[in-house]
Amino acid sequence: MSVGSTTGKRRHPGLNLHESDAHPSDGEVMFGFWVFMMSDAVLFALLFAVYASLGVNTAGGPGPHDVFELGPAAMETLLLLLSSFTFGIASLAMKYRRGMALLQGMLALTLLLGLGFLGLEVHDFATLQGKGALPQVSAFLSAFYALVPTHFLHVSLGCVWIVVMMVQLRMSGLDRTTRTRLLRLGLFWHFLDIVWVMIFSFVFLRGML
Amino acid sequence: MRIEVLAGPWLGRLSLSALPTDSPVAAGAALVAVLGALGVAGYITAKGRWGYLWREWFTSVDHKRIGIMYVVLALVMLARAVIEALVMRLQQADAINQSGFISAEHFGQLFSTHGSIMIFFMAMPFLTGVINYVMPLQIGARDVSFPVLNSISLMLTAAGAALVMISLVLAPFSTGGWSGYAPFTELRFSPGVGVDYWIWAVTLSSIGSTLTGINFAVTIYKKRAPGMHLFRMPLFCWTALCTSILMIFAMPALTVATALLALDRYLGMHFFTSGGGGNMMVYANLFWLFGHPEVYIVVLPSFGVFSELFSTFSAKKLYGYTSLVLATMTIAVLSFTVWLHHFFTMGQSAHINAAFGIATMLIGIPTGVKVYDWILTMFRGRVRFTTPLLWGLAFLVTFVIGGLSGILLAIPPVDFLVHNTTFLVAHFHNMLIPGTLFGMIAAYQFWFPKAFGFRLEERWGRVAFGCWVTGFYLAFMPLYVLGLEGMPRRSAEVFDEAFRPWLLLAAGGAVLIVLGMAALVLQLAMSIRHRDRNRVTVGDPWDGRSLEWSTSSPPPEYNFAEVPEVEGRDAFWTMKRSGRAYPALDRYAPILLPENSAIGPWLGVLGLATAFGLVWRIGWMAGLGTAGALFAVIGWSFVRRSGRTVGERQVERTETRWHAALVAAVPVSREHECDPRNRGLADVAA
Repeated sequence: MSVGSTTGKRRHPGLNLHESDAHPSDGEVMFGFWVFMMSDAVLFALLFAVYASLGVNTAGGPGPHDVFELGPAAMETLLLLLSSFTFGIASLAMKYRRGMALLQGMLALTLLLGLGFLGLEVHDFATLQGKGALPQVSAFLSAFYALVPTHFLHVSLGCVWIVVMMVQLRMSGLDRTTRTRLLRLGLFWHFLDIVWVMIFSFVFLRGML
Repeated sequence: MRIEVLAGPWLGRLSLSALPTDSPVAAGAALVAVLGALGVAGYITAKGRWGYLWREWFTSVDHKRIGIMYVVLALVMLARAVIEALVMRLQQADAINQSGFISAEHFGQLFSTHGSIMIFFMAMPFLTGVINYVMPLQIGARDVSFPVLNSISLMLTAAGAALVMISLVLAPFSTGGWSGYAPFTELRFSPGVGVDYWIWAVTLSSIGSTLTGINFAVTIYKKRAPGMHLFRMPLFCWTALCTSILMIFAMPALTVATALLALDRYLGMHFFTSGGGGNMMVYANLFWLFGHPEVYIVVLPSFGVFSELFSTFSAKKLYGYTSLVLATMTIAVLSFTVWLHHFFTMGQSAHINAAFGIATMLIGIPTGVKVYDWILTMFRGRVRFTTPLLWGLAFLVTFVIGGLSGILLAIPPVDFLVHNTTFLVAHFHNMLIPGTLFGMIAAYQFWFPKAFGFRLEERWGRVAFGCWVTGFYLAFMPLYVLGLEGMPRRSAEVFDEAFRPWLLLAAGGAVLIVLGMAALVLQLAMSIRHRDRNRVTVGDPWDGRSLEWSTSSPPPEYNFAEVPEVEGRDAFWTMKRSGRAYPALDRYAPILLPENSAIGPWLGVLGLATAFGLVWRIGWMAGLGTAGALFAVIGWSFVRRSGRTVGERQVERTETRWHAALVAAVPVSREHECDPRNRGLADVAA
């Protein structure tokens, strides 16, 4: 529940909205999204578990050493980490009301970095196909193609969401709806970053070492 | 069976050969389904009620209406699944040393639809409906946290159910059971569309359930009335909370299992195949990582219902409230630690089996605590044997028997002996029928007057109860015997003459259960007919204890004219005793409610189109469905909603009318609660 301060303004301990006019139900919306992400995290955890148990079954096909390349994966990691940083600036721009231009600019930059990440991944997938590493070849590759493209799909949806947010910000500025939506989008985006770091460590680094 | 030749670019694999013309039983069922659907649609058209249904029900985001729609869906699906059960029992009683009246293929589809429907489209919608209706009222809230999401969940579940109903006409359904075990459900062994029906129906419902779990958990954490601390919540809300948490954490495992199975089938991948490095045990693990918590998802809300029933009809506070809460939470946690007992015989080491056997037995402890608490709640209470309480008593005895057979099965060596026999079938029906179905039927009997403003006919309720309970014992106790004698489950034919008497007995039990179902339908019809003499407008027919009874029956759409202040457990009971129930407000405030929304029904339709397209490989339909859903959600996010205000005048009118009924009503003592004198005002002094 919200905590009323002496000035009469409502502060919300869970909301990154600074001395804002946070409405009591904003906390509810944010909490609901955290719970949703918990459920989504379980989904990823299970895909990791599937990869852990099937990742050794190469069935005579190519293994991690034959197909993975650390360079592009590291590049993708860099892009995604940078995009989390730019989203962070966007959040701060909203919190400290530094103007719509900075906010929109940072969102655009995040979108570009996200699209860059997606582009590199598409290139990765194409390279894998070139090496004959198709999902139909072995359980290892099936598990790989279940885990990494699920993350890819999430990032794609995140990009669509950024576009939608940029349009809505243009249309109605920063009001209660757009503010909490931006906060949720931020959570989602950073969450995807964390999942990617897990993928990078668990799939690529572990596969190459 | 071979993969059917593509029928054409537009309809994918779908052709006239999908009609179930080869079997008279299947064709008859399809005909009944089509005629039933046409009949209902025709009736609504003739009465000109489509507009009303759309405006007041399908697009409604009121938790009470959504709850009722869930229960209606559950009852329709229950009717189908019960009839399927009867057909299976008759087949086995008939097919002793002969082939019986249905084919093995059809028998396989029957137990698959029966199980899938009972779990995903009967138990889940039923409990979701009851929680939807009751929980917000019990915590003193005006709605759930995300009313539109609630409508979306309902419509996705309904879409899944519709897909199963469609499979009756455009056959076949899966023969892989409700668990869809790979590699049998892989393309190589099940090349038809049956498994695809199962995959997409279950996926639609599991997405709906995940969203429901999130919605309920957030509602309980965030929407409680002032003073309604967690440890003051009615026990039903606690079980709703634990069930929701289980949904949030367990449903993703099902989504992953069905999605990977779909990838195997549609794109030729190798997750669970018997070649290419696939491992079918990964499927078993994923499925039961969901499937075991699932049995607690469906049983916990009933525990909550029974807790309310035993205390209300004993006129006593719940014995051992704290221990019941702790037991509920313990069960929720333990439910994730036992999934492996579903495959004791599939090759893991004895040590692992022993660990999971012990974990399984541990669940008996909190469950035992609950049983003692319920018994002690009745002890020295003034117990009234109303229909809902009768279901509770039948549950108490029957569930303990089922639990004991479960302890037997938790011993791996015993499990080796009886696994895949009808002993197991007897055990889980012995848990789920009293543990889930009896609880839900009791909930329906108990809260029906709240939802519709009149009581259900007591006499027909007792007839239904008698048929169900006797039918249950006759239908399932013989299966224990048959299982111990080695009769395999899921077999379309039987080859031991000695099984005949037991099978006949079981078939007789199934007939009785169907009669019980018919009695429930009759009870509803008779109650609607005699609704005037059963009216309980004031709202408290059973001398209730929690806040849902403090409103009129049915409650106004805003639930509470003023959000109640709660000062302890059994909030309404305390208010009545201290004379603070039914406060008359001198002025009313306007109330903001969410607007109706068409996004739920639209996503349901688009989800159904996507699923149907995927089943029959109709690419354009699946593509349009998915894209449509995406654009619908984006478009919906652009619509600014300000909500709908119920003006203070309207609130005042509604409340004044209710208070007038309150003043006019004569309080009835508890002995007269099943009497026409009962207008829903309990005599507090009695």
